[in-house]
Amino acid sequence: MAEVILTVNTEIGIKVEADVITPDTFAGKNKSEIESLLVWQGPKEFPLSSFFDVEGDAGSSAEETSIVVKGDTSRVKRIGEKMTAGKITVEGSVSMHVGSQMEGGELLVKGDADSWAGMEMKGGLLHIEGNARDHVGCAYRGKWVGMSGGRIVVDGNANNNLGGGISGGEIIVGGNVGHYCGIRQNGGLIAVKGNAIRAVAAEMTAGTMVVNGTIERFSPGFEYVTNESDLKFDDIECPGNFKKFLGDNAITKRPKGTLYVNQAANMDL
Amino acid sequence: MAGTIVIKNGSVYDPLNEVNGDKQDIFIKNGKVVSELSDADMKDAKVIDATGKTVMPGGVDSHSHIAGAKVNVGRMMRPEDGYKATMTKTDITHSGSGETVPSVYMEGYEYSQMGYTTVFEAAVPPMEARHTHEEMRSIPMLDMGGYLVLGNNWFMMRYLKEGDIDKAAAYVSWMMKTHKTYGIKCVNPAGVENWGWGKNVSSLDEANIHFEVTPREMIDGLTEVNEMLGMPMSMHLHANNLGHPGNFETTKESLKMSKNVKAKQDMGVEWAETKIDPSRDQSVYLTHMMFNAFGGTSWRDFESGVKPLTDYINSTDHIVIDSGCVPFGEATCMTGDGPSIHDLSVLTGGKWSNTDVELECGSGVCPFTYLKSNPVHSTQWAMGLECLLLIDDPWKAIMTTDSPNGGPFTKYPLVMSWLMSEKFRDQTFSECHPWANDRSTLGGVDREMSLYDIAIMTRANTSKTIGMAHRKGSFGIGADGDVTIYDIDPSKIDTREYSDLINKFSTAEYTVKDGQIVCHNGEITMIPEKRTYYTDASVPDANEKEMLKDVQEWFRYYSHGFNHYPTPEKYLMNPTAIKVNAEQ
Repeated sequence: MAEVILTVNTEIGIKVEADVITPDTFAGKNKSEIESLLVWQGPKEFPLSSFFDVEGDAGSSAEETSIVVKGDTSRVKRIGEKMTAGKITVEGSVSMHVGSQMEGGELLVKGDADSWAGMEMKGGLLHIEGNARDHVGCAYRGKWVGMSGGRIVVDGNANNNLGGGISGGEIIVGGNVGHYCGIRQNGGLIAVKGNAIRAVAAEMTAGTMVVNGTIERFSPGFEYVTNESDLKFDDIECPGNFKKFLGDNAITKRPKGTLYVNQAANMDL
Repeated sequence: MAGTIVIKNGSVYDPLNEVNGDKQDIFIKNGKVVSELSDADMKDAKVIDATGKTVMPGGVDSHSHIAGAKVNVGRMMRPEDGYKATMTKTDITHSGSGETVPSVYMEGYEYSQMGYTTVFEAAVPPMEARHTHEEMRSIPMLDMGGYLVLGNNWFMMRYLKEGDIDKAAAYVSWMMKTHKTYGIKCVNPAGVENWGWGKNVSSLDEANIHFEVTPREMIDGLTEVNEMLGMPMSMHLHANNLGHPGNFETTKESLKMSKNVKAKQDMGVEWAETKIDPSRDQSVYLTHMMFNAFGGTSWRDFESGVKPLTDYINSTDHIVIDSGCVPFGEATCMTGDGPSIHDLSVLTGGKWSNTDVELECGSGVCPFTYLKSNPVHSTQWAMGLECLLLIDDPWKAIMTTDSPNGGPFTKYPLVMSWLMSEKFRDQTFSECHPWANDRSTLGGVDREMSLYDIAIMTRANTSKTIGMAHRKGSFGIGADGDVTIYDIDPSKIDTREYSDLINKFSTAEYTVKDGQIVCHNGEITMIPEKRTYYTDASVPDANEKEMLKDVQEWFRYYSHGFNHYPTPEKYLMNPTAIKVNAEQ
């Protein structure tokens, strides 16, 4: 696998729209071709080399290409957008839309991610080792269907609207989530190891959500069914005792959404 | 010389002059069609060789929602619409975005790319007229006008209930001048007023609350006023119970009502010379018929109710309709029929916006997606085409999608191709739900429309129906020099190659407006001057005075002052009044 190393070479003011940083765009290009790819900064376009030093040539295809991004990328948006194969490793934090509409391959962020990480993702793996902000794996504003395939792993906390409109794929959060986790979920799996605030799985029609911590304000449209313990969904394991609910009855008369809530952490339910 | 052009040797389709594909030259001087050009003129004239191409008058859309408050609400409600279609700026054009509710500039460019030069906005709430005009003036490329919504207007309901037809006429003429609008639109008459209390009316003889006026009285009254004033276009009717299974019965009854009302168009304009009488024959123009032609009693036994309606239309001469076709895909439903949009959002769980325009009307907006896999949607697709194919005489029909309700206007090329190609219809049948075939009669129709029929339904008849035939929709001497040249050779047309037809209709080779090439193979080449038409009807001064007394008295119910009510001319691009005289 050919490796291309991008290193930030300047202080980035206005955020840079770097949707060209994908194995798909780099594939078949040598160092100088990669350097001359254009990115937007505000109303102007600049070559990638204005912001990054480039080392190495890309592989012949996206599968054969691995990209490593170094330096302060916290003002670089849209890394890995629509990527279908290959690998990207970002050694720091990223700005908005990382891995958004991603279809395949692997994207590893070793720092934090801003909002819209993995928005409407279709496949592949997006792993954020730090925290993520709002709209992880969510539908774009106004749209109904969010993430439909692939996997997003957030080791830290995520903020509001995680997995909004998710219809397939998995989101696993190691820490806590904010408001509206899994709003309008109609498929897929969301597993939260930590706590959630309110409107969890609101307007859910199908799919599965597991919350291992405490839900501060439980959504009113969910009906208790039974207790289950030590859940397992393929390779995802959720040990412990869970109360199983079906919902959201506020939206449909025969809801197929399943919400598991840790019994010990939610004694009042 | 600006606006001087010769289009040579094309196959010309000009139904108002009974020209059916004949090889003819079209001469345009200073923006108007002339019989020939002198040698001196020829020197400066632009010449287009249209050998082997189809030449039609510029497209005229008589019913589209592209300006005004509810279109804007649609844009705000649908941020996701913005990134589905985008247009980058050029030296002369603006950038734009949006698929079903594009930005104003993009609307003008997209219509022009399809060969259209004239579009009428189908619903202008009086209080929103000023805003609507502001948007219309920003839409480039197109001559425009708007229809004023009057079917639930407090003054109209009051006057028609009292039977005071003179005051009603005085009010309409004053409102047209005040808001610089063109014709009367009537949406769910008497029903939208009830919507203010969460209700609707369900039959033509059900009186609404407070005003105690029935839909029948409103339709009757508005039609009578329309002809009394001699308005350019017929009363434009969006019938009651729209979108409800079984509503074709209401529609049929509504259509019968105007049977004895004679059309009396009375316009003081210079008419282009045409072979066929270009003045309108009908007193009622029913819009988006598909949505008013639902059969069955519920969504389970839903079926097409188009056949009984088209049977009636075929047997009589007093109705003209537009279809409201459904070309599948994304749509944004928007109408002055507030209750019907509420029903839709309950049905789909879709986003919903709703407005009460104080004293005047209401409206609602709800995004919608028509799916081939959905039984009802697929039947609606078939019904829209039935509305056009089952009416024998194309002079009674107009092709629309009620853009963006059935689908955006950019899908007109699909509809035209379905009309022309049985193979394309068969192909679509094979892709969509069996209900389309089982619950409509479209499958048994082998009619394939000709380019002549298409020219009638998108140009000649639209102009005639809305009273624009004195300058649009024909190549009569004196008509506006608006031309569409499609790269379609009528002698080699093969309707089995429908994807070719779709492409050719989507991008006209040339769009000519006022004798200038404004669009060439999809590229906007210049931004022409545009005009806004409105009707300047007059009634006896005494009647107007009496009526204004009432208006000023009732204006205390409005939340703003009387002086802020009118739309000044400066809000219009090249305001063009059409004089209508009721005194003679």
